[in-house]
Amino acid sequence: MRKCRGGRMWILRFGRYLRGAPSGGASYWGGLFPGRRFTQAASGGSDGRQEAAGDPRRRGRVYQNPTWQHVEQRPLPEKKVTVEVLDHLERLALVDFRNWEGVQRLEKAIQFADQLHAVNTEGVEPMDSVLEDRCLYLREDNITEGNCTEELLQNARETVEEYFVAPPGNIPLPKLEERDTFLQVSE
Amino acid sequence: MAASILRRSLLAPRCRAGDVAALHSGPSRRRAQAPGPIASGRRMGKSPAGERSVAPWVAVVGLEIHAQISSNSKLFSGSQVQFAAPPNSLVSFFDASLPGTLPALNRRCVEAAVMTGLALNCSINKKSLFDRKHYFYADLPAGYQITQQRLPVAVNGSLSYSLCVGGKKNQVVTRTVRIKQIQLEQDSGKSLHDDTRSQTLIDLNRAGVGLMEVVMEPDMSSGEEAAAAVRELQLILQTLGSSQAIMAEGQLRVDANVSVHHPGEALGVRTEVKNINSARFLARAIDYEIQRQIKELENGGTVINETRAFDYKLGCTIPMRDKEGKQDYRFMPEPNLPPLILCDNKSLPANTNHQHVVNIDWIRERLPDLPSVRRVKLVEQYGILPEHSFTLLNEDGLMEFFENVVRQTQMNPKKVIGWILNVMLGYLKQHNLTVQESPVSSLFLADLLNLLERGTISSSAAKQVLEELWKAEGKTPLQIVEEKKLELIQDQQELEQICQAVVEGHQEEVMEIKKGNPKVLNKLIGLVQRTTRGRADPVLVKQILEKRLSQ
Repeated sequence: MRKCRGGRMWILRFGRYLRGAPSGGASYWGGLFPGRRFTQAASGGSDGRQEAAGDPRRRGRVYQNPTWQHVEQRPLPEKKVTVEVLDHLERLALVDFRNWEGVQRLEKAIQFADQLHAVNTEGVEPMDSVLEDRCLYLREDNITEGNCTEELLQNARETVEEYFVAPPGNIPLPKLEERDTFLQVSE
Repeated sequence: MAASILRRSLLAPRCRAGDVAALHSGPSRRRAQAPGPIASGRRMGKSPAGERSVAPWVAVVGLEIHAQISSNSKLFSGSQVQFAAPPNSLVSFFDASLPGTLPALNRRCVEAAVMTGLALNCSINKKSLFDRKHYFYADLPAGYQITQQRLPVAVNGSLSYSLCVGGKKNQVVTRTVRIKQIQLEQDSGKSLHDDTRSQTLIDLNRAGVGLMEVVMEPDMSSGEEAAAAVRELQLILQTLGSSQAIMAEGQLRVDANVSVHHPGEALGVRTEVKNINSARFLARAIDYEIQRQIKELENGGTVINETRAFDYKLGCTIPMRDKEGKQDYRFMPEPNLPPLILCDNKSLPANTNHQHVVNIDWIRERLPDLPSVRRVKLVEQYGILPEHSFTLLNEDGLMEFFENVVRQTQMNPKKVIGWILNVMLGYLKQHNLTVQESPVSSLFLADLLNLLERGTISSSAAKQVLEELWKAEGKTPLQIVEEKKLELIQDQQELEQICQAVVEGHQEEVMEIKKGNPKVLNKLIGLVQRTTRGRADPVLVKQILEKRLSQ
């Protein structure tokens, strides 16, 4: 996805990320960009691989060039992140936004990602993974690993006997009031 | 040597299961999602002080149970599952969450979950999904637990359980609790909190072990019901073999959601009592929490939505300090695992390796008899009381012991059950032994009951023999009877002589009987028994005495 001049947006259509129908057919890596989900091939296609053979833009199973479709973009509202959310994010991610410039960068990032909402996904089932119609391999219940305590403990900064040593319990970030952060001043 | 002493001292805190520190085990502690009653705690606050509500309180109890799957290897890695192994010896690179490692699902764990789902009357989802549940804790190296939040493997089931009610606890009632879902998930590692040195020791042996989380709807209303439901689930899991469900080893961990309200009103604010790891304390922990909430509300207070732990030493629940505010688990689809697809006979793919598919119908056809079916069969086959069938199944191995004895004796099963439940079980409990550890084999008990049934010995002599058998000197019941001269006196003349002597020595009692007080006869029978050291047939003695006295 790339933002273009004039406040308009172009969407690169990763076929299956925006699929229009329950997945079928494509079952190999070639199925990553099955033709039928591209605008041009939207009608009548039934199997990505079959189409791939007849599509001049494709060599092998993968398209050589991305295809683009123009989407009308409505102006998105500016994102304002509340102090509570900032505090929550700092705790979860253990990051420090440091100053208001950092926060503005965050807000811009959110606004940028929010452009995705411009795409009409009505009736489109969300896709979690490009592997979602692959068969989940089931392993036999055999013991094949373990017995590598020494190697594992090499990663540890501190050990006692064969234990990893961690600080007592969780050490949460101090509460906002107790913390030395720019977020306080702003309130 | 020094090292092993150190280890022992470090392990000590784990044994004290009641400590809040030790209660921190397993991922269950961070679960916040559950059937959600609506707040009504303010209600009491509105009523004028001192005015007590007349309507009775009703408690609502829902359970979330984590059962460790009985498997050789972990849910997503090939490291061994074993209790009490040296620390960090059963850990693969995946379990330690080293970069570049990927999960590979254990088929056995899927089958165990499907089997359990079928036994609990669930619909099995042919497609289920894995999700990541994020939280930070030192015993969870990945920073997330792989679980099934959106689409679990089994949903919408039910569990029927029975409990004894009534003053004498002799009335068996059966109740049903709905099962919301069963989901597959990873266990976390274990933390040993060393407070003196202010550090936590991490053992990842349990990290990644397969769990089935069974979520029950809040259909129960007391600790007793919850305990009975958990016990039934435990029996089912053990019958299926999907989990050994040994609570003492943490293989069955119970979280209880508890709230109270007045009938006809909205449900109260609930609290969650976490990690109840003992069957003994399950009912007590829940009942304590119910009473605490009622007291709190009746005193004009409110119940707050919080997590509490049961302290078995104090016998009460205490708030847990581990989380402030609501947890944000940031659930997301697990990108490394495609959906889990199960098949049945109809949808079985034609040309697939059968080792790589799980067939629901195949598992259904091989389900063993569940405890409820076994109980009905016991009652029908042996004519025993339903409550006795419960006891037979509740003690591990007792049913098999009973059936073995019945098979080898001529005694009526209805009489055998009395010996098993009153005498044998009493001995076992007294010596704190399991049925398997019993020094008296089913064969010897059957021999003994045969001697009794044939009239060779009296029942009091049989009890004496059993006491000798308990010493486990390898003697057969018959040898003991012969050695101790416990056979009944078969010689009619000898018995009549003894009776005669007793009658002559107790003329006062004889006069009483002749005056019309037949109860005194029992005293004379007792005296005869004392003289013969229990070797006289009481029926015969009674006949002889009656004959003498009517002369």
